[in-house]
Amino acid sequence: MEIFNYSFIILLLPMLMFVTLGLCGHKMSHRTAGMLGTSGLFIITVLAYIVAAQYFTMPRIDGVFATVTPYNFTWLQFTESLIIKLGILLDPISVMMLVVITTVSLMVHIYSLGYMHGETGFQRYYAFLSLFTFSMLGLVVATNIFQMYIFWELVGASSYLLIGFYYTKQSAVAASKKAFIVTRFADLGFLIGILLLSFFTKTFDFETLTNGSVSLIDTAAGKSFLGISAASWAMALIFMGGAGKSAMFPLHIWLPDAMEGPTPVSALIHAATMVVAGVYLVARLFPVYVIQTPDVLMFITVIGAITALYAAIVACVQTDIKRVLAFSTISQIAFMIVALGVCTSMELDHEGHGGLGYMASMFHLFTHAMFKALLFLGAGAIIHAVHSNEMSAMGGLRKYMPITHITFLIACLAIAGIPPFSGFFSKDEILAAAFDKSAFWGIWMSLVAGLTAFYMFRLYFNIFWGKEAHHEHTPHEAPKTMTIPLLFLAVVTCFAGFIPFGNFVTPTGLSYDIHLNWTVAGTSIAIAIIGIALATWLYMKPNDKPTRMADSMRSLHTWAYHRFYFDEIYLFVTHKIIFRYICAPIAWFDRHIIDGTMNLMATATQWASYHIRGLQSGRLQSYAVVFLFGALLVAFIVLCCM
Amino acid sequence: MDFSNFLWMRDELSLLAVILILFLYDTFGSDKSRRAFSTVACILLAAQTAFMLIPATAGEAFGGMYHTSPAINIVKIVLNIGTLLVLIQAIPWVKTADVVIRRGEFFILTLMTLFGMYLMISSGNFLLFFIGLETASLPLTALVAIEKYKQNSYEAAAKYVFVALFSSSLLLMGLSFIYGAVGTLYYHDIALAIGNVTKSIAGSPLLYVGIVLFLAGMGFKISIVPFHLWTADVYQGAPTSITAYLSVISKGAAAFALMVILFKTFAPVAIVWQYVLWGLIVITITVGNLFAVRQKNLKRFMAFSSISQAGYILLGVIAGSATGMTSLIYYVLVYIFSNLAVFGIISVVENATGKVNIDDYNGLYRTNPRLSVAMMLALFSLAGIPPFAGFFSKFFIFFAAAEQGFYVLVFIALLNTVISLYYYLLVVKAMFIKQDDCAIPALKSDTASRINITICVIGVLVIGLLSCIYTAIDAHAFGM
Repeated sequence: MEIFNYSFIILLLPMLMFVTLGLCGHKMSHRTAGMLGTSGLFIITVLAYIVAAQYFTMPRIDGVFATVTPYNFTWLQFTESLIIKLGILLDPISVMMLVVITTVSLMVHIYSLGYMHGETGFQRYYAFLSLFTFSMLGLVVATNIFQMYIFWELVGASSYLLIGFYYTKQSAVAASKKAFIVTRFADLGFLIGILLLSFFTKTFDFETLTNGSVSLIDTAAGKSFLGISAASWAMALIFMGGAGKSAMFPLHIWLPDAMEGPTPVSALIHAATMVVAGVYLVARLFPVYVIQTPDVLMFITVIGAITALYAAIVACVQTDIKRVLAFSTISQIAFMIVALGVCTSMELDHEGHGGLGYMASMFHLFTHAMFKALLFLGAGAIIHAVHSNEMSAMGGLRKYMPITHITFLIACLAIAGIPPFSGFFSKDEILAAAFDKSAFWGIWMSLVAGLTAFYMFRLYFNIFWGKEAHHEHTPHEAPKTMTIPLLFLAVVTCFAGFIPFGNFVTPTGLSYDIHLNWTVAGTSIAIAIIGIALATWLYMKPNDKPTRMADSMRSLHTWAYHRFYFDEIYLFVTHKIIFRYICAPIAWFDRHIIDGTMNLMATATQWASYHIRGLQSGRLQSYAVVFLFGALLVAFIVLCCM
Repeated sequence: MDFSNFLWMRDELSLLAVILILFLYDTFGSDKSRRAFSTVACILLAAQTAFMLIPATAGEAFGGMYHTSPAINIVKIVLNIGTLLVLIQAIPWVKTADVVIRRGEFFILTLMTLFGMYLMISSGNFLLFFIGLETASLPLTALVAIEKYKQNSYEAAAKYVFVALFSSSLLLMGLSFIYGAVGTLYYHDIALAIGNVTKSIAGSPLLYVGIVLFLAGMGFKISIVPFHLWTADVYQGAPTSITAYLSVISKGAAAFALMVILFKTFAPVAIVWQYVLWGLIVITITVGNLFAVRQKNLKRFMAFSSISQAGYILLGVIAGSATGMTSLIYYVLVYIFSNLAVFGIISVVENATGKVNIDDYNGLYRTNPRLSVAMMLALFSLAGIPPFAGFFSKFFIFFAAAEQGFYVLVFIALLNTVISLYYYLLVVKAMFIKQDDCAIPALKSDTASRINITICVIGVLVIGLLSCIYTAIDAHAFGM
């Protein structure tokens, strides 16, 4: 549609900024580079808001917002059906994602002006931020799964660059490698899934896949592997890619380590954007999942539920504030995944609530992005003030950092699910959807919600209350460039819950009025208050209750503190089994057989070239002789053979 | 007489007009006004290229002597782009004291050879073809010798003219054999006669020897082994811009002309020339590579590199299909950009310091980082490393040959790309890894060289990624 013709600028501008900052950044001053990056992103954000405003004010067709593709050009055409296109797809969820990504990214850009002030490689940092924003925006507006995959990988690469930004720090390098390898491993599944899906359906196009015109079940009928149908394999493998990016159990191990990156990066990548890519992927293909492969959806629910509980337990005992937030993120993403998983149909109206989870998931994605970015940015301000990530170095900071304190508290209340903050509304819808599916999932997720409230307030009290740690210099409030994003996000967090989200994003596209189910809401508020109360009792005043409690559950505490030894298991499997029994023989083969062949070729080349060098004598007469005899020889051979 | 026939020759006529204008300008312009000569020449050629972009239709003139078609038009445009780049590249060189008095000759002679190539490509009869071939060859001798007080230059010119004469005489003999066997020199009639089963010309030894001699003559222009021996000496001795011209434009035009003739004329005996080409390609690529490995002088090095590249180009000919034609034109286009980038850099360095050995480039990255990166990109493209254009052109040309079942040939070519990677990387290694205390100092290149190198590097980076270029060529290509 013509009115969205300008939408390509949203993709073009960050790309241009990356190129400019990447190539010419070192010639600019820090200030210029930062302002260039930030102002560019400001323009993109404004454009994204205009897109959203125009899109959601378009007249609905049959009560549904039409899917708009302002651009969709053929990039590579191999055969009639194998076509790779690049384009821009606008539908309610992609427009919503545009808003989320640009908002958070803009906040991070502004915040970084203060946080990264004076760092070496400041310009490089902004170049990478632009690249990341470009990749993420390209991912959400992808018109087909292959374009999504391209940007998906770009997101992986740019997050690798950002996590490893402090490339002189050993742990940062290790963390970036780990993040890249784990997500890349998951992407292998994603790629196989894409190939399976498009092999059967003969299309990459999201619209064709989701509007029911091709059926994966029909096209892949009768094919199965290990007792599971090919359709399920395809969709499960695609989910594997999503699980890698969204840090779902057991592929979650990279996210806590990724906290080695600069804190604003954690806010951008590991709170609001990249980690929800998996959720977005499932939501994008939601009609395929819910209608054609409900068994995979069940599997997704189980994975999500395990992840949610696991991450929440681990978050309760971590002492590094960014790690707590990392595990909290994993747990919250799992909430969204579960919400998608418990859907039973596309319906969402007065007759059926099968698709409630979809709406709830997207709603939570939106609210979570805002308050989790707020939490990370707040954590950044705290770390900036006390120069440590450890809770023990904090305590009693509320007097020194009032703005950070209040905004952090708002975010904690939101994530704990206390009304009227945004998290309450979205989480409540998720719980309602879970209870709709079965009481088991409802109770499970309520329990996790309680744990969430507990560990978030444990964090809050440890930072801002409790015993005041000894500081080298008095902590001070962060500069304005850092507090303004905090305040902005805090305001959003306060009011986002009142957005009539069901009017915009529902599985069928029809408008839906969110109404609170007070049984569920009451339970969730009660359980959140219990969690908060417990945390208050334990951590508000300095005392020895936490230690005693930890002692009483010694083994559980140790296990949780070591994240149930998952990293160790991975290390064991990779180092002891894969490296030794698979990689070592392959390396031998490579070194001796492959390299041997190459070396042989090299030797032969050297030998031959040495021996024929006389041919090039520099004497004209011999040139003529070779010329003539060459021609005669060829003629002779031709005559003999023909 | 019907003069409308001339309208088909719009490309030739416009080029002739450019030559004529330049000639008058050079003869009658004052010394002062001729300062802008180089710029005017480039602008005129650019304008003529733009004029040729008007889509052409297929047609023939002068009773079938002259042919034109959209594909031929595209090739001429490609050649024009390459020539334009060479001319831009030569601007700083023609300003030097030795050459400046021969500036007019340089531009006019270069364009004359281009005119000859037009005729070669567009001919419908072997006579016109031969005239085109000679028009393309003879001015080149003068160009090679343009720095006539340098020993290298006139030695190169002498070798070039002798070998050119020798190959022309063989080619003429081949043509006369063909005429003897078939009784006509029109492509169309030859094809008809050979294809006619009842006449059984297809089996005549006279024809076969004719074809082989014809191939040998063309092999000289394309520098196929064993007709390549002049290449290294001439490339080394000629001024760098002329070397660049010889290595891309002259070669590309000859390869395309060969392909058109083989497709149009000798399609019925395809099996014969395909076998001959098969062997020639294998030894061309291999021998070119084997010699390139040992070179110390960068221009000789590029000579052997261009020999092995010629082998790859012929893969498009041997395929004999429309895909083959597309990939050949595409290959030549990409090759123009990559090779001219390398030669552009060689000439910048040579003009400033006079150094042309690979060892002289040691540590170049420290002193001239941008130049080194441009050189690296161009060499990567020549070696066929993705995502640079050279990868795509190699891919398509291998694809074209493999499509017709030449698997062994493609495999040998692939093995050779590994060897070629080695020697291209030698240069990269010299620039980036080897250190030298007396490395070439930081150079300040002039605007023309900058424009030229920038265009070439952009070409190397972009052409492969823009699928529309390949598609546009493909739309007009034809097979046997």
